[in-house]
Amino acid sequence: MEWDWNFVREILPTLIQGVKITILATLLGSVLAAIVGLAIALARRSPNRALSRSVGFLAEFIRGTPLLVQLYFIFYVLPDFGILLPPLVAGVIGLGLHYGTYTAEVYRAGIDNVPRGQWEAAKACNLSAGQTWTHIIIPQAIPPMIPALANYFIAMFKETPLLSAITVLELMNQAKSVANTYYRYIEPMTLVGAFFLVISLFSVVLLRWLEHRYGKIER
Amino acid sequence: MTQWSGYLGLILQGALVTIELTLMGSVLALIMAFLAGMGRLSRFFVLRALATTYIEFFRGTSIFVQLFWVYFVLPLAGISLTPLQAGVLALGLNVGAYAAEVVRGAIQSVGREQYEACIALNLGRWQGMRHVILPQALLVMLPTFGNNAIELLKATSVVSLISLADLTFQAQVVRSQTGNTLMPFTAILIIYFVLALIISWGVRSLERRMARGLDGVRV
Repeated sequence: MEWDWNFVREILPTLIQGVKITILATLLGSVLAAIVGLAIALARRSPNRALSRSVGFLAEFIRGTPLLVQLYFIFYVLPDFGILLPPLVAGVIGLGLHYGTYTAEVYRAGIDNVPRGQWEAAKACNLSAGQTWTHIIIPQAIPPMIPALANYFIAMFKETPLLSAITVLELMNQAKSVANTYYRYIEPMTLVGAFFLVISLFSVVLLRWLEHRYGKIER
Repeated sequence: MTQWSGYLGLILQGALVTIELTLMGSVLALIMAFLAGMGRLSRFFVLRALATTYIEFFRGTSIFVQLFWVYFVLPLAGISLTPLQAGVLALGLNVGAYAAEVVRGAIQSVGREQYEACIALNLGRWQGMRHVILPQALLVMLPTFGNNAIELLKATSVVSLISLADLTFQAQVVRSQTGNTLMPFTAILIIYFVLALIISWGVRSLERRMARGLDGVRV
């Protein structure tokens, strides 16, 4: 079968529709993952043993099981309990939860990397726990985390095609439906692959820059 | 309760397929990791370029896109693969690309003095690699290889989308036959998690065994 540029031109608008959803899902998923990760990291540091243990186990469980099955779980099982979610919302929650367990490790490392002296100085200045976190620890912990967080957001972006399995009309699903309509797989599938490849090659450059800009920890 | 035993058998059959895929995919990934990882450290520009292209290509797109490409586009080029072959190929090549960077990093982490000692003892490049460098580098690689194997296990769920009867596929079968969603999906989530635990235990005990011969060598 030959590569057909006319066919490519014909299907491009449909695929761009899908790209929009792919980007939307990635952005929303990243925001959710950033929040969930911080919540998990803080809960694991909690002095309450029961809370830190159970959150720790739950995070381990989510990290040890496939994202696809978790998406199915959210999309097919939750309606049994009366929680009916639109596909995109279910997908964003799945992505956010799954990658939240990864970003939690980034937060943990970032917080652990703040020198002990900073905690002691905050105590010496009579800052409350809340003030210590918002004014001393978080501002110092966040910048070195940025490259690692970006790395996971890029990984999430590459995993968004899985959302097609729960009927989200993102890029992969549009490509599949185009392919099934015209019985031509070579152009849509290759275009999807090329799209992700190009974006991720650019993101390597972005990551290098982020690492250069934020990666060094000042002591 | 009698009917559940039949469905449980179905899910266990799926578990066997998942385990089979994980094992075969891991073997292919291991081979590719050493080929590409050592290729990136080669003296010859062509080998380095080939290895870098392979790694960037397979890390740039997700396993799902690659699997669909292998399964739907390669047949058009005359290479027809069964779902199992396509699954093993895509999983092995994808995870192999990630593991190749681990191999490269581990070999580079072995100290300069070890290479100098090889030269001083008049070992050839291959002899030095085989007897001095690799035994030390393997120990550094192992923990990350364990993580890669777990990623591979999780990625196997994607093959259900090209109609290979793995755990996730069987859960969908049970769901469509019984109308019950909670049981099948909870069951396979637990099975995936247990398999992931087994991998991490296995890697940890392997690590202990391999470290035994290297007492006195700093790792």
